[in-house]
Amino acid sequence: MQAKKTIGTASFSHRPVVDWSNIVLHLLLPLAGVGVALLIGALMLVILKANPVAAYAALVDGAAGSVSGITQSLVKATPLLLVGLGICIAFRANVINIGGEGQITLGAIAATWFPLTFSTWPGWILIPATLLLGFLAGAIWGFVPGILKARLNVNEILSTIMMNSIAQQFMYLLIRGPMMDPAGIAAGTFLAQSARIPEQATLPRLIPQTLLHAGAIVAVVLAVLVYFFLWRTTLGYRIRAVGLNPDASRYSGINVPFYQAFSMTLAGGFSGLAGAIEIMGVQHRLLDGITSGYGFTGIVAALLGGLHPLGLIPASILFGGLLVGANEMQRTVQVPSSLINAILGLVVLFVSGSALWSRRWSARRQMGKQEEEKS
Amino acid sequence: MKDIIGVLKTMVPLAAPFLYAAIGETFAQTSGVVNLGVEGIMLLSAFMAFYVALITGNLWLALLAAALIGLLMGLLMSLISVTLKAEQGISGIGLYLFGYGMSSLLFETVVGTVTTINGFQPVKIPVLGDIPILGPIFFQNSVPVYGAFLLVPFAWWLLNKTTLGLKIKSVGQNPAAADSLGINVDRIRYFSVCVGAILAGLAGATLSTAVVNLFQDNLTAGQGFIAVALVYFGGWSPWGVMGGAFLFSFVNSLQLWMQVLHVKISSDVAVMLPYLATIAALMFSVNRARQPAALNKPFERGES
Repeated sequence: MQAKKTIGTASFSHRPVVDWSNIVLHLLLPLAGVGVALLIGALMLVILKANPVAAYAALVDGAAGSVSGITQSLVKATPLLLVGLGICIAFRANVINIGGEGQITLGAIAATWFPLTFSTWPGWILIPATLLLGFLAGAIWGFVPGILKARLNVNEILSTIMMNSIAQQFMYLLIRGPMMDPAGIAAGTFLAQSARIPEQATLPRLIPQTLLHAGAIVAVVLAVLVYFFLWRTTLGYRIRAVGLNPDASRYSGINVPFYQAFSMTLAGGFSGLAGAIEIMGVQHRLLDGITSGYGFTGIVAALLGGLHPLGLIPASILFGGLLVGANEMQRTVQVPSSLINAILGLVVLFVSGSALWSRRWSARRQMGKQEEEKS
Repeated sequence: MKDIIGVLKTMVPLAAPFLYAAIGETFAQTSGVVNLGVEGIMLLSAFMAFYVALITGNLWLALLAAALIGLLMGLLMSLISVTLKAEQGISGIGLYLFGYGMSSLLFETVVGTVTTINGFQPVKIPVLGDIPILGPIFFQNSVPVYGAFLLVPFAWWLLNKTTLGLKIKSVGQNPAAADSLGINVDRIRYFSVCVGAILAGLAGATLSTAVVNLFQDNLTAGQGFIAVALVYFGGWSPWGVMGGAFLFSFVNSLQLWMQVLHVKISSDVAVMLPYLATIAALMFSVNRARQPAALNKPFERGES
């Protein structure tokens, strides 16, 4: 029997036929994981003497109960989708990118510095240039752990976590020093944040009076592009081959370390872009907490989306909604939004734990099929 | 000279949490399981120990609570990574997020503001504590700190001189062979991960009740991850891990003293030092040949 390599819940298949029962399985198991995690969350709420029904009602209402809630959920889904795309690419090459936080930070720094420096440029050139620069800055932050893994076999999980902390300190250094808002210095408040980026560098709003910005469209278009990249190009095929079977790839002449470093660089780029879009579409200035934990939540979304670029779209909307709802829950029923972090952790545990079941189930089905063919 | 002694005197207690966590992780990794959730275990148990100490004033009860939290989270990690054979890098991140989220949630709901507690007091060891320079640095510390240093030779003995240690090593090197000799691979891995997690729990408790004597959001700030890196750096040997723990607590202590003494370097740069040092340490880990062959590989019977 051909052993099937499975990462998370994604299985690698050459069959062009759409296997619906497989898709249903890959949808149901992760969703069941989210369900169980929410149930445990409810239990924790009971222990903390909060009303879980009221808390979850506030959560759903906050996320989907109003135009403002829905658009905010989509605004939060945007960086999750972008970070998740990078994690998908890296994961397909069997590299785990935990460095989203740092890469977002670098992208955000670049996307603040550039428009502030070239503030007289017109928007039609400033916006694409800033997005590109954000991508590049994140890519550099992904390249470092990538090349360290390729050349010196440095564990990328540990190195990216360290790169996250370094990026955060680097940002503090800038917003407390050279990039501090001159207005804050003049007023004597010395707030640790940068100046606002010029108006023409901000992303246009899709719906007036809401926060929804053009970055959401960029993210969805990129998700489709990444899908084509991974499944319809040679480069993408090689990335997947490296992840599927590094030994076989090596024998067939694929430069495995190169593709691992490359996929890590791309992953960093997507997170960097998420940071740039967060600056240009939402915050409009660099400040503490710019990453909002998207680097970690993006991992959860990527896992739940089956490590598939298109599966990521609904998964990131779901988690975007959870994050918005958590804020509402904190406001109305005074349950700290950190509850959602604990629930996200459980989702990761359950989804990664359920991979075995889906793998065994697929194997059993395949064996059944073979026997059918025999008889 | 006074400053150098100051740096070294701060270094020793700062090394204790690293030691507990990294020695614990050495057990887990020697059996073939990478537990990346150490940071999460440390955070939640640091909170628990702090809270128990705050409510009851009993520091021993605080340590016990932390160990219990460690055990429970170790069982959860083993269930996901050993029984359900999950990708260990991912399940560890899940455990981290869970521990971090829970510690923040509990801190915000039951404590709310940063409060200090009366933690473990330094105990001067007779005679040794009176040695000039060395005495104040090494022999005037609190009990959990001494415990961390006693753990090193004990862990070395257990891993290298006992049947149990041999079993742990064998399931980390060649689980299929160990299995064929009648060793229960899963049971040994459960044991090793849980021992590691209990020690991670003690690491968190040491931090919150013997080193800083308080709890705040994200108290550990990456120390659990650094501890995992120390295991690679130390070449899966308790003595190597101790060397790494000293190196890192020295960098940490230096960084703190640089801020205290207003050395002409931005504190933001100083805080980066331990993380930069970790990456450098991972780059120059020379003992890679000693890495357990089955590290990060779930074991399934009948799979070649």
